[in-house]
Amino acid sequence: MISDLLVTLGGVVGVALFGVIAGLFLMGIDRVCAARMQMRQGPPLLQPFTDIRKLLCKDSVVPANAIPGLFNAAPVVAFASAVVVLLYLPLGSILPAGVPVPVTGEYGDLILIMYLLTVPALAMVAGGFASGSPYASVGAQREMVTMIAYEFPLAVAIVAIAWRLAAAGLGMPFSVATIAANPIWGVVGPLGIIGCILLLIVLAWVTPAELSRIPCDTPEAETELCGGLLVEYSGRNLALFSLSMAVKLVAMTGLTVLLFLPWNLSPVLGLSGIPAAGIDLLFFVLKVMVVMFFSVTLVRVVMARFRINTIVSLYWGWFTGIGLIGMLLIILDGTFGGWLL
Amino acid sequence: MSEKKAPYELPIGPIHPALKEPINFTFTMNGEVVEAVDFAPGRAHRGIEWMGMRRNPVQIVHLCDRICGICGVSHALAFSQAVEQIGGVEVPDRAYYVRTIIAEFERIQSHLLWAGVAAHELGFDTLFYLAWQVREESLDLIEYITGNRINYGIIQIGGTRRDITPDMVPRIEQGLKYYEDLFEKMVNLFLNDKTIAMRCRNSGILTKKRALELGTVGPTSRASGLRMDVRKDSPYAAYGDVDFDIILPDVYGNEATGDVYDRIVVRLFEIPQSISIIRQCLAQMPEGPVLAEEKYAKLLLNLKKAAGEAFGRVEAPRGEDLHYVRMNGKQEPPEMWKVKASTYSNQMAWVEILRGEQIADIPIIVASIDPCMSCTDRVAVVTPQGDEGVLTKEYLHRLSVEKTRRMQE
Repeated sequence: MISDLLVTLGGVVGVALFGVIAGLFLMGIDRVCAARMQMRQGPPLLQPFTDIRKLLCKDSVVPANAIPGLFNAAPVVAFASAVVVLLYLPLGSILPAGVPVPVTGEYGDLILIMYLLTVPALAMVAGGFASGSPYASVGAQREMVTMIAYEFPLAVAIVAIAWRLAAAGLGMPFSVATIAANPIWGVVGPLGIIGCILLLIVLAWVTPAELSRIPCDTPEAETELCGGLLVEYSGRNLALFSLSMAVKLVAMTGLTVLLFLPWNLSPVLGLSGIPAAGIDLLFFVLKVMVVMFFSVTLVRVVMARFRINTIVSLYWGWFTGIGLIGMLLIILDGTFGGWLL
Repeated sequence: MSEKKAPYELPIGPIHPALKEPINFTFTMNGEVVEAVDFAPGRAHRGIEWMGMRRNPVQIVHLCDRICGICGVSHALAFSQAVEQIGGVEVPDRAYYVRTIIAEFERIQSHLLWAGVAAHELGFDTLFYLAWQVREESLDLIEYITGNRINYGIIQIGGTRRDITPDMVPRIEQGLKYYEDLFEKMVNLFLNDKTIAMRCRNSGILTKKRALELGTVGPTSRASGLRMDVRKDSPYAAYGDVDFDIILPDVYGNEATGDVYDRIVVRLFEIPQSISIIRQCLAQMPEGPVLAEEKYAKLLLNLKKAAGEAFGRVEAPRGEDLHYVRMNGKQEPPEMWKVKASTYSNQMAWVEILRGEQIADIPIIVASIDPCMSCTDRVAVVTPQGDEGVLTKEYLHRLSVEKTRRMQE
């Protein structure tokens, strides 16, 4: 009993550490890649680690007209919830359902992940409103609007895939284990593949919005709001927010990997046990890197910042539309797939 | 974002990432929409005119270089023109051409700098890095010609301090070619980009009528469709001898709406115009000296005897730059030196073009008139209590009347 608990605790700490390290590493890669594309040298790969270390050494300043309790709680909640998302995501072949270490057990599925993904953003909103700065308040309002804008396309993508898995006769379609074990590309027919590509596009565009990166960095908008939500944050609080962003980067790209690229290397190499988990974890990081490069780095290098109303019309109009078309194709594929071809 | 909220005040500045120089904006906001704008310049006041009126004209020319880091030539040129007119200095023809060439290079680098800033304000950092990297070539050329990258120090009363020799022409031509080849790419990046068009079209609109009423100058007024350019309207230096057209937004097939997009169009298309002007100048340059009087002591002695007043007008990259100089024939320093930079004329347009816009557009709209606060700030109000106040017209009028009375006694 106690040993079970210890193993679980160890697993949780391990996942949290992995999330932080992988997230900061990804951020470093993102910065170097973006710099190279902008004809700059860019910072050293480990700059995010240095930044966090420095921030952790600094004092947290709480503004006079902030609500101290909420102001200080927000970064902790944001970081904790970002790590919790990772506990429910498969990291390579390490599944949350207890293979090889029991972390969260059988509970928790994609719907829970979707809700958990909104918590860091909500914590930032709360922290922004608690800052007592007009910049932070405007940033918090924008963050809420952005959330409303991107949640629907995200839900469409997830529901469509789960529905198709259910239509294929699989039990518990929302469970991450089911999705990881049955790559969607193998389940659908040609019509569904087109639908899946559309959904992949939608998800790739939801990622920068979810992570508040250009072109959807309106809540932080350096030139408009001097950092918006985070304008009053400093020291350890800012470090926690940065860490939660880093972990969220892994979680969000990990979600894309889970939905669309869930393959592992170990079956191909014929490995099992700990080496398999290690290889798959590395492969997972590689997949996450590729996803991040295309949906975060590349996008932020080639785009200007959107206005907040553009974000709403774009996500509610275009991406929801594309998502629904993708969903429709998948439904057609699931219903008539058998005799269409 | 149409939620109805009580208007709140959003301060931007004096120090803010969107502002490249200190100025204090106070926006009355309703949600994300600007309802009213108030701004308080004067944060970059350095008392340059005061310094100038205690120095001789040659020293002031170098002070002029330092009024603004971007349009150094324009200020020095405007001041020199005014002093040359008062002192009756005959500027050699070749110097006019050298002045024109360097002024046009300044325009190229200033517009590219602005383009980079604009891209940054839009959150498009890749374009910002690109524009500033491309700008390096013009700075290199300016350094090649004048020996300096920023405060050129090439203008002198009665001509220029350096000549452009024939062996320098190939290097200059290489730079011009570089920009010519690049121009299509820049137009494509700035004007055909979806996000830029989305953000800039129909934002910050200044109608032709209002542009005229507010007395705007330079690219800001040209973007609103006003045909005005000091280079054409009252040619100075060698502009009378070269062939060029006033750039209006219709060069890119645009109806002049006076929005931010049109301001980008005008500035971008002034770059090839500058290239063409430099080419013509290089081809037409007459032989001869570039400085009327090489001995400063003699020049200063002549200027000391000069009396009168004059305006020097120059089309700086940002618009008309005007220097007023009065000399009394008794002292070396001018009796009066007044600098009116282009931003002084353009800044009131802010109140007009920011109203009804979103917070997101504040940075780009503020930047769209290419403000230069160091050029503009000629006064800072400090009351004995230490805090700044607003001086009304009545108050200033009273002060003026009092001074006249004192002088009459």
